[in-house]
Amino acid sequence: MESTRPKWPWIVASALILVWTIFPILWIVMLSFKRPGEVGNQKGFLPKHWTWDNYRTVFRTDLFTAALVNSIGISMIATFAGVVFATLVAYAIARLEFPGKKLILSFALAIAMFPVVSLVGPLFDLWRDLGLYDTWPGLIIPYISFALPLAIWTLSAFFREIPWEMEQAAQVDGATSWQAFRKVIVPLAAPGVFTAAILTFFFCWNDFVFGISLTSSDRARPVPAALAFFTGASQFEQPTTAICAAAVVVTVPVVVIVLAFQRRIVAGLTSGAVKG
Amino acid sequence: MAAITMKNIVKRYGDGFPAVNDVSLDVRDGEFMILVGPSGCGKSTLLRMIVGLEDITSGEMLIGERIVNRIAPRERNLSMVFQNYALYPHLTVYENIAFPLRLAKRPDEEVRRRVTETAGLLELTEHLDRKPSNLSGGQRQRVAMGRAIVRQADAFLFDEPLSNLDAKLRGQMRTEISRLQRRLGVTTVYVTHDQTEAMTLGDRVAVLRKGVLQQVGSPRELYEQPVNLFVAGFIGSPSMNFLPASVDGTSLSTPLGRFEMPGEQAAAAVGDRGVVLVGVRPEHFEDASLVSEDKRARGSIVQVPVDVTEWLGNELYAYVPYEAPADLAAQLRELSRELDSDQLRTQAVVSLDASSLIAEGTEAALWIDTSRIHLFDPATGENLTRDEDHAARLTRAAEPSRAAQRSTQQPTEP
Repeated sequence: MESTRPKWPWIVASALILVWTIFPILWIVMLSFKRPGEVGNQKGFLPKHWTWDNYRTVFRTDLFTAALVNSIGISMIATFAGVVFATLVAYAIARLEFPGKKLILSFALAIAMFPVVSLVGPLFDLWRDLGLYDTWPGLIIPYISFALPLAIWTLSAFFREIPWEMEQAAQVDGATSWQAFRKVIVPLAAPGVFTAAILTFFFCWNDFVFGISLTSSDRARPVPAALAFFTGASQFEQPTTAICAAAVVVTVPVVVIVLAFQRRIVAGLTSGAVKG
Repeated sequence: MAAITMKNIVKRYGDGFPAVNDVSLDVRDGEFMILVGPSGCGKSTLLRMIVGLEDITSGEMLIGERIVNRIAPRERNLSMVFQNYALYPHLTVYENIAFPLRLAKRPDEEVRRRVTETAGLLELTEHLDRKPSNLSGGQRQRVAMGRAIVRQADAFLFDEPLSNLDAKLRGQMRTEISRLQRRLGVTTVYVTHDQTEAMTLGDRVAVLRKGVLQQVGSPRELYEQPVNLFVAGFIGSPSMNFLPASVDGTSLSTPLGRFEMPGEQAAAAVGDRGVVLVGVRPEHFEDASLVSEDKRARGSIVQVPVDVTEWLGNELYAYVPYEAPADLAAQLRELSRELDSDQLRTQAVVSLDASSLIAEGTEAALWIDTSRIHLFDPATGENLTRDEDHAARLTRAAEPSRAAQRSTQQPTEP
């Protein structure tokens, strides 16, 4: 950007926003390195004695490790299934004219708008009757259905950006519809598929409401819910620092993913970026 | 290689609008056929019906001996070059060209040989590892052609392939396509709205108007013996001038002046029509002072006001405004709009010898070669002076010369 206007207001503004957003995260990180007794210390932002104890505690707790396995498993399965569904649906929506297309799109939007909390009660009852309560599928199913709308909307925008001719060219070159989809459309929409996958994964990974309501034990409880059940190393200690350590542990994958795929996500969110 | 036969092809869209209406056309084996017409005339739709990307509402489409109406594009064994090339941006040039072969599951060895061969032919060898986004327009165009010729398709289809290139490159690619087609001898259907491409590339040209086939013939036949007003106006640039004329015995009185009909046959064809449209090509005018005596006798001389002149070095364009009766003027305006030119005033464009000293804003004496004029029925647009025998001769004459060109382009090396 060539601009004659000074750059420093932007720099100052960015710095302010950066501090504003990073402060709570840093605070949690600092807390996770403090000793439990130090939580009340209002003057010290940095720990007096740096310690890995909280992390050791966290990883020694079955509650957390089981929850971590649950979280990873459930989120990955939900993401994979959701993105595969969403890709197929979005492709159909972008490419085909069929009755009820508008209906599907508005339905998807309505689901995305629906307050999650209001569904938890009925789901709780339903899942108990069906035997899905406190199981992986019991969480995967609602995750998929709530992540789908966003994924469908993102992906169909992507597919629409891909020129029709690409696919027609592939068909003339001798491809079946499925081959054209797999060899031309999917690779071209890869940034979109990626974006959708990451957004879906975050949604599942960060969910708290379903996690706490539809589970009751280590069998399926994901990390965000498990954090609430944390007790300290002994019952005379506040578990705050341990919770912070656990929070840091579950935040790390998110940060790593974002940093690793930063470019793709940005490209994905801004445009289809497909040139003919 | 195969012939393509269309029998009474109709394409009707959902709203009942016929984009292509009852087109019957034979593209012979190895022939280069051009589909031409103003935008929206259905030429691209027709092409897409040949390749199978568009359903055929009624009629029969044959490729070789096979009826392909209900056959998927991939089973028609045709290859197509799209207007925007439709290269696969995620694949290298090599893989783009190899794509049809990969789909056909050819062994790697064969793929490598064929792609290398094709790349050599199109001078793409040093670009094989690059992605399409790093190529120039002309190079992309060549990759698209490479993808089309790499497998032995029965026919090539081109959908305005040069319209995204700049003028200079377009000229180069045009000769390149022509050379390639003659060399490979593959049946080709080429859609364009460009005059030059239509005239220079094709063995035969099919002119479409609003989905209806107007005329099929060699470029020369279309130019010299058009069947109607539309074809006459569409082929040629600047286009033919149409002058309203009232018939008075064997003489025609036009806004530019009075002159005799070209011959008895013309007079007979005009019959008892009171009004006709006289079609004169710009180059059939000449500055009267530059015309030799004996040539003068072949035509007529008229005195006209010259509005604007354009000197181009090799020729001089002069614009001659004239008044036309309101109803005919409206009809002519309608025609020019249909031809995508949208002329605002009724004026004749004449092309004179560059040495002419006719100046703007003066009266000038122009000689009209009346032996070359055409007369059209103003109501139906039919060409009354079309000479069928001559037209047939022109198309026949074109064939041996094309064949000769083809044989010189055949590779002599093994």
